[in-house]
Amino acid sequence: MRKYSIFSLARNALSHHENWWQAWRSPEPKKRYDAVIIGGGGHGLSTAYYLAKEHGMTNIAVIEKGWLGGGNTGRNTTIIRSNYLWTASAGIYEKGLKLWEGITQEVNFNMMLSQRGVLNLGHNLQDMRTIERRVNANRLNGVDGVVLNAQQVKEMVPIINTSETNTRFPVLGSSYQPRGGIARHDALAWGMARACDDLGIDVIQQCEVTGIRREDGQVTGVDTTKGFIETNKVGAVTAGNSGVIADMAGIRLPVQSRPLQALVSEPIKPVIDTVVMSGAVHVYISQSDKGELVIGAGVDKYNGYGQKGSISVIEEQLAALVELYPIVSRLRLLRHWAGCVDVCPDASPLLTKTPVDGLYFNCGWGTGGWKATLGSGWCFAHTIANDEPHPLNEAFSMKRFETGAVIDEHGAAGVAH
Amino acid sequence: MLHIKCPWCGWRDESEFGYGGEAHIERPKDPDSVSDAEWADYLFFGSNRRGDFRERWVHSAGCRRWFNAVRDTTTYEFKAFYRMGEEPPGGEQ
Repeated sequence: MRKYSIFSLARNALSHHENWWQAWRSPEPKKRYDAVIIGGGGHGLSTAYYLAKEHGMTNIAVIEKGWLGGGNTGRNTTIIRSNYLWTASAGIYEKGLKLWEGITQEVNFNMMLSQRGVLNLGHNLQDMRTIERRVNANRLNGVDGVVLNAQQVKEMVPIINTSETNTRFPVLGSSYQPRGGIARHDALAWGMARACDDLGIDVIQQCEVTGIRREDGQVTGVDTTKGFIETNKVGAVTAGNSGVIADMAGIRLPVQSRPLQALVSEPIKPVIDTVVMSGAVHVYISQSDKGELVIGAGVDKYNGYGQKGSISVIEEQLAALVELYPIVSRLRLLRHWAGCVDVCPDASPLLTKTPVDGLYFNCGWGTGGWKATLGSGWCFAHTIANDEPHPLNEAFSMKRFETGAVIDEHGAAGVAH
Repeated sequence: MLHIKCPWCGWRDESEFGYGGEAHIERPKDPDSVSDAEWADYLFFGSNRRGDFRERWVHSAGCRRWFNAVRDTTTYEFKAFYRMGEEPPGGEQ
């Protein structure tokens, strides 16, 4: 791989940046691969990357029906944190956060990880008790976190309204994870595609999977719009469309696909240098380097693959936003979009083997997959390579819905996942 | 915002309604006799269909009655509304 550096930047400046080399190939699919990853989003690309890097499997393909960064990887609000309640979640999300901290150097691509901290607000006594419990659980699991009172929140976020007299949901305090923050989402798609390509992995765009062939309960290959590809291991990492892939393999999943919307305001001068989320009033906010306020909330209430949602959801989150931050009331919105997320009943993901041998699913991340992309890929690569889950993702199997050992993260995930 | 036709009240805005997910999921008649896997399938697993999807809605800010609808989950266009207990239009999916 040709490195990006200050020297390559200077050299290319001499030719007006018209001769930058290609970051990755656009190969035609081979006849056979040792493993095929369906879905070229952050989770799929990092799965392929760690399969090659940690497990020595380089004859693999990542198949993407659209283009890199065109799905949820490019549609999220880029928040990264690991302050989940349960031990199983702390393990996988913290693994993800640790990988985030090193990935820029590792793949020589600036992910612009900005560990500006994440606050989760509490608006009533029960919220504050839950926050204390969660922060204590985090610290026992080696995840950083502190509890802040309203005054400390105000010092950290001067634009927030902490008045107790004129707000419907006063701010009483928050949890704070200093190592949380944001990262650049298209950089993950491009950086990981480039790193995959460098390891010999074929990243194939504009290629849709149309069928999954099986013989005696074992995967034998995938039919695609670019022809049949032979393989004995298929990792499905298709987020909102997991149900569609599951259908092709004749299995059912405990996920529902919902629209999730987000929006950005016009750019303004810096007003907030951290990330603030509120599960109770349903809104979260951060400010991009360009100055736009990046705003998100919960999913729409109905199933939908259309990558669009209802305006009433936007109206509610903006009402909450104006109550929390009165100075934004006259801001104009610049863009508004939606993705399609697959939500599990317990707000935790699935990284699991399936009743079909050689078919693995990594899905159900719902509204909060972005932060976990690298940890998810790392664990899923282990699962595919060894046909066994890693201890970090053992609890995230489909079996948990039979045994009752669900990992209920609605509290930590809340609306703002 | 979706426009939804309550079989009793007529066309109203989505904000008056609650969503009940997939329709026509039958509770096992004898819960004690089914396996854990079958119970999990009833409780948690679903078709999550892309395309025409039969789903339940409740007119919570209106007549508060439940009803079923068929909606295309890619375009969000409603194809039919029908009352609880009525046969879904279009037959088996």
